[in-house]
Amino acid sequence: MQIAWNSFTPYASLAGGVLIGLAAAWLVLLNGRIAGISGIVGGLLDRQSGWPWRLAFTGGLLLAPLAWLFAVGPWPVVRIEASPLLLIVAGLLVGAGTRLASGCTSGHGVCGLSRLSPRSLVATLSFMGAGFATVFLIRHVLG
Amino acid sequence: MSKILSAFVAGLLFGLGLLLSGMADPAKVSGFLDLAGAWDPSLALVMAGAIGVGFSAFRVAGRRERSLLGEPMSLPDTRALTPRLVMGSLLFGVGWGLVGICPGPALVLAGMLSGKGLLFVAAMLTGMLLYHPLAKWVK
Repeated sequence: MQIAWNSFTPYASLAGGVLIGLAAAWLVLLNGRIAGISGIVGGLLDRQSGWPWRLAFTGGLLLAPLAWLFAVGPWPVVRIEASPLLLIVAGLLVGAGTRLASGCTSGHGVCGLSRLSPRSLVATLSFMGAGFATVFLIRHVLG
Repeated sequence: MSKILSAFVAGLLFGLGLLLSGMADPAKVSGFLDLAGAWDPSLALVMAGAIGVGFSAFRVAGRRERSLLGEPMSLPDTRALTPRLVMGSLLFGVGWGLVGICPGPALVLAGMLSGKGLLFVAAMLTGMLLYHPLAKWVK
């Protein structure tokens, strides 16, 4: 294994992670809710109860880049290298998969692992494993 | 503070965390998922930071009947390891690996009005609706 030291951002990533953890802590301690993005958005689509808080949380997430512009400055670089067709296929997989699994990187990965939930551990190992395997296939077998 | 404002603040903090951490950059996420290439371990630190804070918060939350705003604690109590959990996570992981975008960063990219980000979000929302017919097949 070879480490990409030039793109490694330990301080920003750790600090960003702490901020994500604080956001999850905030939502559970004040609202009594799990900060799981797929569950919150999926619940909106399914017209589940609690749409006002779901919409507010989603709005906060959507407006975070605007807040960054005012509070911090120019956005960090974001690079989407995938083609439109691949984005559509992947989007469908991510949407259907996270709803089937009742959670994604935030609900299972952050909140579930924080709660030491065995279900979330199985989910996280499964999606991480599938993610590692998929990148290996497209970059080193097919690529 | 109302629960609506509080949820908004949580979403905002979450999005700022994604931006700061590098999770909102799909190429960086792919760099983390590429174990056999030049591996960027940054995202392991994002998880470590988030879980480090989350662990204490959820311990406190687990002992409370109600939240600080008086809402019922709505914590999942399902324990069963189902085919649906594994199958769904595998499908999600394949999609995540293909493009390096998961639901939170997708919404942040949409908030940056990135055309490709908006396309991904449209497909993701469609996938979330397609889940209902799928759920009849996988238990």
